[in-house]
Amino acid sequence: MRYHTYLSPKKFKLMEKIRRIYVWEIPVRFYHWVNMTCIIVLVITGYFIGNPPAIQSGTEAYANYWFATNRFLHYVFAYLFFFNFLLRIYWAFAGNEFANWKQFLPVTKKQWNEIFEVLKVDILQLKTWSFESKGHNALASFTYFFMFLAFVLQCLTGFGMYAAMSTSWFPQLFAWFIPLVGGDTAARHIHHILMWVFIVFAMIHVYLVVYHDYVERTGVASSMISGWKFITGHKHHD
Amino acid sequence: MYEEVLAKGYTRRDFLKFCGMVGAFLGLEYSGVGQIVKAMETKPRIPVLWLHFQECTCCSESFIRSSHPIVADIILDKVSLDYTETLMAAAGHQAEENLHATMENYKGEYLLMVEGSVPTKDKAYCCIGGNSAYDILQEAVAGCKAVIAWGNCAVSGCVQGAAPNPTGATPVHKLVKGKPVVNVQGCPPIAEVMAGVVVYMLTFNRIPELDGLGRPKAFYSRRVHDTCYRRPNYDAGLFVETFDDENARRGYCLYKMGCRGPVTYNSCGVIRWNDGTSFPIQSGHPCIGCSEANFWDNGPFYQHLASFPGFGVETTADDIGLAIGAVTAAGITAHAIATNIRKRKMIREGILNPEPEHDEDDQK
Repeated sequence: MRYHTYLSPKKFKLMEKIRRIYVWEIPVRFYHWVNMTCIIVLVITGYFIGNPPAIQSGTEAYANYWFATNRFLHYVFAYLFFFNFLLRIYWAFAGNEFANWKQFLPVTKKQWNEIFEVLKVDILQLKTWSFESKGHNALASFTYFFMFLAFVLQCLTGFGMYAAMSTSWFPQLFAWFIPLVGGDTAARHIHHILMWVFIVFAMIHVYLVVYHDYVERTGVASSMISGWKFITGHKHHD
Repeated sequence: MYEEVLAKGYTRRDFLKFCGMVGAFLGLEYSGVGQIVKAMETKPRIPVLWLHFQECTCCSESFIRSSHPIVADIILDKVSLDYTETLMAAAGHQAEENLHATMENYKGEYLLMVEGSVPTKDKAYCCIGGNSAYDILQEAVAGCKAVIAWGNCAVSGCVQGAAPNPTGATPVHKLVKGKPVVNVQGCPPIAEVMAGVVVYMLTFNRIPELDGLGRPKAFYSRRVHDTCYRRPNYDAGLFVETFDDENARRGYCLYKMGCRGPVTYNSCGVIRWNDGTSFPIQSGHPCIGCSEANFWDNGPFYQHLASFPGFGVETTADDIGLAIGAVTAAGITAHAIATNIRKRKMIREGILNPEPEHDEDDQK
């Protein structure tokens, strides 16, 4: 306790009130990191599929197989991505309140208020912060809702296109989707645009995590490893 | 029918070769060939109405110029082509009479083959004998057994249906209710494919198995890409970069030249054209995807990624994506700078920690 004597009484008082809460359960953290790995691999291999590098090779085709291997990796990680996503959907019903599906749909007035609050405080920086969210803040979770929709669309177009080159029953479950968007070309286009959505999302996401940890010091960055966050318990919603 | 073929100077050997060829194209088992032979020998002619709407007649041209000489003969003889603007001898009122006679006499039996799209924005864009294409189609569909839509025009609008689609060119399957429609895609379809579809319907008296877009699976279940002889170069990552580079001379994959093979379902790589002589990719030209909907609008033929709508011809999703990525990075940088300024201020003013809302000390 000697350490605390260096703090002002006011800060000491606040220190006392900081407590730890268990926010992200193991399935959520597992999902998060597997998903991150999948998206990184899928974006890199996917970009190569859409825009293969120019190789001026003097060799014949039989001596190389890297492009097929690249595509193979893309498909393997696509499967991983899909089933990992299923796990997360399951956990939206089985997990704790911070993982619950209701988090991702702003249907209450409180959630909408929080969205505007986050916009004012964190994005536009019009005022200093006035609250803390225990789990996701309402704007973040609403964004994730759209990301989940993008995941679904990416799986539908991806496995739908894959169905034509696979004899497995699984991709055939997605084959119906391709005629709906007007054929493989349209599906490929959608798939490609969504890749950029993921890239831009990842940039913003990583930045905002760093930002929140930097300003709010709730340990949000490490919370996805440990599962725990620090909260002061002041003016937080709920 | 068989007698007619012989009378035309073909031998029984020619006849059987034709039947075998069609059976093979359709992917039938060996006994299926026998059924085709039998059907060709014994079945009565099927009355056929062949309507031409907004099109260039390249489907008809492809059909009658089939490399296999017997294809056109056998089909045109086997089916009783009662009405087709391109080939019939009758004209004017006589032709109209034929049309209506077939519709009445063979109600529920005749096959309706349609070449070309139907304008729906103003039906007057395409009129024959004083009636609009739309009305003619509806009248003919009412009594037909099944509809075959020839080519990209009839199946998905083709060039007339390309943006901005001034005539409101509409595919046949969207206007036909309650009758089976076989979509024989391509611009034009391969002659042997057209013949194969007709022979199948003649032999088995039913429509062939269709894919999700209504195309016969026998011919449209595989991508051009999957049957392309340049495919090993694709898997090896060896691509033509420009039409005149060393890679082009080596016959590498045309993927980066905008080849639509990976997204196009057709038999070009197997059946090929002109008696199996060649097909576009074999001639060093990328596939343009002519058997897919909207292939004119899926932007420049020689570009792998379609152009992004609204940003000019050459702009692809990658360009837009990179630009958005750069803007995002700039936004993040600006935000990070603002955050640091604010954090310094907060530290200076000692308000970094949130003030307890109900703290009595604070209120004093």
